[in-house]
Amino acid sequence: MSSICEEKLNLEEETEGVDPEVLKKELLEKYPTKVARKRAKQIVVNKLASCSEGLEIGANVRTTPGIITQRGCTYAGCKGVILGPTRDIVNITHGPIGCGFYSWLTRRNQTRPPTENDENFMTYCFSTDMQDKDIVFGGEKKLKAAIQEAYDLFKPKAISIFSTCPVGLIGDDVHAVAREMREALGINVFGFSCEGYKGVSQSAGHHIANNGIFTHVVGLDDSVKEGKYKINLLGEYNIGGDAFEIDRVLEKCGITVVSTFSGNSTYDQFANAHTADLNTVMCHRSINYVAEMMEEKFGIPWIKINFIGAEATAKSLRKIAHYFQDQELSDRVEAVIAEEMPEILKVREEVRPRCQGKTAMLFVGGSRAHHYQELFKEMGMKTISAGYEFAHRDDYEGRKVLPTIKVDADSRNIEELEVTPDPERFRPRKSPEELERLAQEGFEFKDYEGMMRDMDNQALVIDDISQYETEKLLEIYKPSIFCAGIKEKYVVQKQGIPLKQLHSYDYGGPYAGFKGAVNFYQEIDRMVNSKVWNSLKAPWQKSPELSAKYACD
Amino acid sequence: MRKIAIYGKGGIGKSTTTQNTVAGLAEMGRKVMVVGCDPKADSTRLLLGGLSQNTVLDTLRAEGEDVELDDIRKIGFAGTICVESGGPEPGVGCAGRGIITSINLLEQLGAYAESESLDYVFYDVLGDVVCGGFAMPIREGKAQEIYIVVSGEMMAMYAANNICKGIVKFAEAGGVRLGGIICNSRNVDNEQEMIEAFAKKLGTQMIHFVPRENMVQRAEINRKTVISFDPAHAQADEYRTLAKKVEDNTMHVIPKPMHTDELEKLLIEYGLAG
Repeated sequence: MSSICEEKLNLEEETEGVDPEVLKKELLEKYPTKVARKRAKQIVVNKLASCSEGLEIGANVRTTPGIITQRGCTYAGCKGVILGPTRDIVNITHGPIGCGFYSWLTRRNQTRPPTENDENFMTYCFSTDMQDKDIVFGGEKKLKAAIQEAYDLFKPKAISIFSTCPVGLIGDDVHAVAREMREALGINVFGFSCEGYKGVSQSAGHHIANNGIFTHVVGLDDSVKEGKYKINLLGEYNIGGDAFEIDRVLEKCGITVVSTFSGNSTYDQFANAHTADLNTVMCHRSINYVAEMMEEKFGIPWIKINFIGAEATAKSLRKIAHYFQDQELSDRVEAVIAEEMPEILKVREEVRPRCQGKTAMLFVGGSRAHHYQELFKEMGMKTISAGYEFAHRDDYEGRKVLPTIKVDADSRNIEELEVTPDPERFRPRKSPEELERLAQEGFEFKDYEGMMRDMDNQALVIDDISQYETEKLLEIYKPSIFCAGIKEKYVVQKQGIPLKQLHSYDYGGPYAGFKGAVNFYQEIDRMVNSKVWNSLKAPWQKSPELSAKYACD
Repeated sequence: MRKIAIYGKGGIGKSTTTQNTVAGLAEMGRKVMVVGCDPKADSTRLLLGGLSQNTVLDTLRAEGEDVELDDIRKIGFAGTICVESGGPEPGVGCAGRGIITSINLLEQLGAYAESESLDYVFYDVLGDVVCGGFAMPIREGKAQEIYIVVSGEMMAMYAANNICKGIVKFAEAGGVRLGGIICNSRNVDNEQEMIEAFAKKLGTQMIHFVPRENMVQRAEINRKTVISFDPAHAQADEYRTLAKKVEDNTMHVIPKPMHTDELEKLLIEYGLAG
C-alpha cells in the first residue's frame, strides 16, 4: 500500500512540479500563528481514496475576521438559494431595503409558468423597507401591512417572510405575524428566522429553509400525480435552465418529477412532494435535511445523483431505473442514453484536442465544486485544486464521517427538527426483501462519498478559500480556468485567467444533463482557448521603455 | 457648556435627583437643558409639572423629517429646557437605537448650538448601560462628565461598578470622565462610610450624601421638585448643595472598576453581610 500512497506524480505534469505541501506552507506563512493553525486544517493535500485513512478537512467553521471570504449570509442561503426559485410564493424580505434588493433573483434561477396567465412573482422584489423608526418602534405593523398589500395585489397561494439581521436584534416576532395573517387571509403564510448573522455561512440558511418548507408546506396536499415512476429532484435550482434540461431527459425516460426543490418549482409541488416514491439529491449540502426528514416522516428513501456531466447523467438515470426494478424503465433509459450520446461524443471529440491536459480550479458552492469536475474530466481537463464555500465535512469526506463531526455551538444555534413517522402517510416504498435484494446488487441509499474521493492524489483541497490564497494559487499554478462567482470573476480575469461563474453561469447554460454537457464543452473550449488573455497587458507594460524627443529644441 | 450624564441602577432615583439638582442650578441662574433618555419619558415631569411633553421620537414619527426644535423642547421650572427622547412601548423595537436617533436629531437641529448659550446639558439615562444605544450619551463626547447615583444596597453598588466599566471603555476614545458618586440614601447601616470607601476604591469621590426624606415623595406627587414645592425645606438645601458641588467639581477621573470579589469584600467590611 505504501508505494501507491507515497506516489507523488499524479499531477506532476500539469502542475509543473509544484509540491502542494510546500505550497500549503507558503499559503500559511502570511497568517498570524493562530489563524495559520486554523487555516492549516482547511487546506488539505488530497490522497487517493485507498490511502485517505485519517485525512480530515476543517469545514463549516467561522471565517476569521479580516480574511476576504467568498461566503454569503444565512439570509442569502434561506431566501436566495432555497426558496427564491419558487415562482408562486410571494417572498417578502423583512428588513432594510438592501437585503431584499440584492437578493432579487433577476436572472439566475429560471422558471417557466405553463401559460402567460400563471403566476410568476420571481420578477418582483418584495421588501418591508424598514426605516429607522421601524427599528426603534418595532416593524411588526409594517410587516402585517406589507403582507396585506401583497395579498390584495396578487392573491397568492402563499406568502413567506424572511428575517434580516435587525429583525432578530429588535425581536420582531415574524412567526406570530405569520400566524395572525394566515388566519386573517386564509392562505398559507409562514416565516423564517434566517437573520444573516445566524450561522458561519449561508449553509445555516439552507437548514432553516429546509425546516420551514418541511414544517409548513410538505404534506399538505395528498392528491397523487399520475406516473409510474415518481421522483422528487432535490437540490436543483434551475440555474441557466438546468432543471428544464433534466426534466426533458427524465420525461423522455418516462420518469415523473413530482417536485423539484426548488428550480422551476411551485407551492403545490412542495405540498404534495410526499407522494413521490424516491428522492434524488443533487446538491447534498443544501437539501439533505429535507431528504432525511421526508424519509423519517413519509418513508421515501433517498439516493445521491448528479446530472452534471454526460457520463454522470447516464449513471444517475441508470441508478434511478435500478431503484424501480423495472425492465421496461431500464430499457427506456438505455435507449435514451444511446440516443443522446452520439451528439455529445461528437462535440467532445471536437474540443478534446484543444482542451486535453488543461487545468481547472473550482471554488464554489457546496456541491458544484465537486460536480463540475465530471465535465472537465470528460473534456480531458484536470482539476488541480478545488474547495467549497460553505460545505461541511461530509461533503468533502463522504457521509461516513457524519458520526464523527463535532456539533459546535454555531451548528447548535440552528434548530434540528424532531421528525416522527406520519401516522397516515408513512409508507415504506420498498419491502425488506426488496431492500435486501437491492443491497446485494450493490445498490446504495444515502450514498454521498464526497468530493475528495473523486479528486487526484496531491490535488489541493481548500475550504472557504480566501482572496489572498486565490491570488497565490493563480500565481503559482496558473490554471487554464478558474470557476467561482461574480465576486472573484474580475480579480481572476485581470490576472489573465478566464473565470467561469458557476453560481449564475455568466447567464449562459444550461450545463446539466446531455444538452448541457455539450453547452459546457463548447463554452469552456471557447474560454480556455481564447487569445484574448494574451492581450491583457498593454505593450508598454510588457516592455517598458520610454524614448522621446522634444518637439523643438 | 458642561455635558453631564446621570447613570445608576433602575429605581435608584436618577430622575428625581437629576431634576432636583437641575432646579438648584437653575435657581443659581444657570441655563440647563435636560434630555430624558428613557422610553417612559418621565425624566422631566417634575420640572414641567406633569407629563406634557411630545417626545423626540413620537414627533419624528408623526412629522417625518420636518421637525423643528420647538416641537420637541419645552420650558420648565426656572427656564430649564426639557426634552424627552421617548421610545417604543415595552417589549417592542429598540429603545437603544431610539436614543441614538434622538440625540443625533437634537444635534442636527442645533439644540446644542452656541446661540443657545447653555451652561449645562443633563442626560438622564435609563438603568444600566445595557447596550450600545444606552451608552450613546457617553460615546463620542456627547457627555463629558458622568455622575452615578447609588445607595448602600448591594445591587445598586454592583450596577454602579458595571457602569464604571462602560465609562472606562469610552474614556479612552471619547474623553468621558467620572465626576463622582451621588449617594441617594436608603438608610442602610454605615451607608455614608461605605459609599465613601466605595467611591475611593473606584478612584473618585462621593460628591454628596442625599439623606432620605419624605418631602421628596410629597413634592413628587405634586409634580414638583423640592426646590419649587417647598423652597425653605432642609431637603431643598441638600439639592442646592449638590448643585453647588457639581458646579465647583474639578475632579474628573477615569474610574477603576472593581472585581466582584473586591466589591463583596468591601460590603462585608462595612457590615452588610453581618
